[in-house]
Amino acid sequence: MPASSLPTQAVADVAWRTVLRHRWPLRLLHWVNLACMLAMVGSGLQILNAHPSLYWGEAANFRAPLASANAVTRGGELRGVTQIGSKRFDSTGILGATDNPGGVRVRAVAPSWAMIPGTRNLATGRRWHFFFAWAWVINGGVYMLWSLASRHLQRDLAMQRRDWRGVAKSVIDHLRFRHPVGEEALRYNPLQKLAYLGVIFGLTPLIILTGLSMSPQMHAVMGGFIEVVGGRQSARTLHFVAMSLFVLFAVVHVLMVVYAGPINEMRSMITGRFRIRARAAGANEEPGDE
Amino acid sequence: MNDDGPSPVLLPRRRFLRIAAAGAGVGLLAGCDALSRREGFIDVLSVAEPLNRRVQRFLSGDRLVREYPTSMISATFRPNGSTNPKTPEYLGLLADGFGGYRLRLRGLVDRPMEFSLDALRALPSRTQVTRHDCVEGWSAIGQWTGVPLAHLLGLAGVQSKARFAVFHCFDDILDNGGRYYESVDLRDALHPQTIAAYALNGSPLPVANGAPLRMRVERKLGYKQSKYVHTIELVDSYARIAGGNGGFWEDQGYDWYGGI
Repeated sequence: MPASSLPTQAVADVAWRTVLRHRWPLRLLHWVNLACMLAMVGSGLQILNAHPSLYWGEAANFRAPLASANAVTRGGELRGVTQIGSKRFDSTGILGATDNPGGVRVRAVAPSWAMIPGTRNLATGRRWHFFFAWAWVINGGVYMLWSLASRHLQRDLAMQRRDWRGVAKSVIDHLRFRHPVGEEALRYNPLQKLAYLGVIFGLTPLIILTGLSMSPQMHAVMGGFIEVVGGRQSARTLHFVAMSLFVLFAVVHVLMVVYAGPINEMRSMITGRFRIRARAAGANEEPGDE
Repeated sequence: MNDDGPSPVLLPRRRFLRIAAAGAGVGLLAGCDALSRREGFIDVLSVAEPLNRRVQRFLSGDRLVREYPTSMISATFRPNGSTNPKTPEYLGLLADGFGGYRLRLRGLVDRPMEFSLDALRALPSRTQVTRHDCVEGWSAIGQWTGVPLAHLLGLAGVQSKARFAVFHCFDDILDNGGRYYESVDLRDALHPQTIAAYALNGSPLPVANGAPLRMRVERKLGYKQSKYVHTIELVDSYARIAGGNGGFWEDQGYDWYGGI
């Protein structure tokens, strides 16, 4: 059931207003961004699959990875073993050893549904990864230009003084699962702004720079950054951590959409139309077409 | 519009949402696999390769990659790919300690040349402690000593038609009668850190790491660092060599650029 739905009788009492929530460039950029990120996470896991260990430092210390997901044969059966620091646990089916689409247990860092391609193929995984990395960077560049030119960044995303003052209240609202309604729902709340700004200005440069840090060609000019993050293998580990944070962001983002009204929110990102309860009942009867 | 029930406008949208949701699931990923098998689609994805090459070269120029203090040399320099070639010509040379080994320079050079290991050791050398980055993701640091390729090519004389240096190797990694090979363009061939290396960490190259001679092209991934090299050939195109993609792994679908 869409969260914005009300029984037909109630509609007479409550006035609804449909507004253009997101403009078309933003909607288009949003979905291209999602497609690129899905392709990059999937192909990134395929690349990790070639050597499913993460290290700290410039070179790999094969004997002491920070974390790894390998397969071992135990009792004639392939089992996945994940190691994080000094902890080890069986992760068969999820990490280390998973079932391929044919139902055969294979050595693989992630389930086949999470990798692009689904079976071991580093060469093709790299093709996917670099193509969508470029697509994502170009899409992100257009987003930045559009956001500045349309003042979306300054008006909708930038933290204003009252946002900073509202952070504590926003935390409490989130903890109580209370979300803004009416006109207030048209603004990003302070925590939401911080999450978006953190992704745009924190995670995005981090994942691009750590990605480039792995390039031997770029080594000649990125030595300073590589040293700051602790070495090429540290950069590779941070690239993975940044990816994980992107995925975490996406999961929370989708949960928030579901919580705030999935049909209304999805529609606002597809057609742009977003329905809100008007402040005064019956005050607005305007047609809401975009 | 104040509608909750179906309307002519919303129905297709709802259907679109349903299809989108289903598509986001298994169908999408199966689609990715189906796309991965289409050569035309791989060709589209591959436009990123020249883009990487051009942009990264523009940004990094011909600057040297970082060289490390000897204290950072990895305890073991992990060998990968071929580690123990079994081809008859290699085993014959190995048996007499590479006394009969000759590095040949041929192709688009003014003077085709041959060098024994002793002759190579007598030439000007460069020693560099560098990081080796495998395409799989791991890195190792080693100290390499060898002759700058630019020096060898200077002795032989590069013809103006030459565009690529092809490294022909002794090993048959798939054991099917083929031989490993690789190529770089002249810009990488002439880079000061590109050397034909005969020593690792101060000792003659071990067999696992490419004895008696391997290439170090420091701005490239590991698969571009040919081991067991016997011939360096200058060509104007690598399209007629083996699978035509400029290298053994390139013929298996890997990118020729190999710089990221």
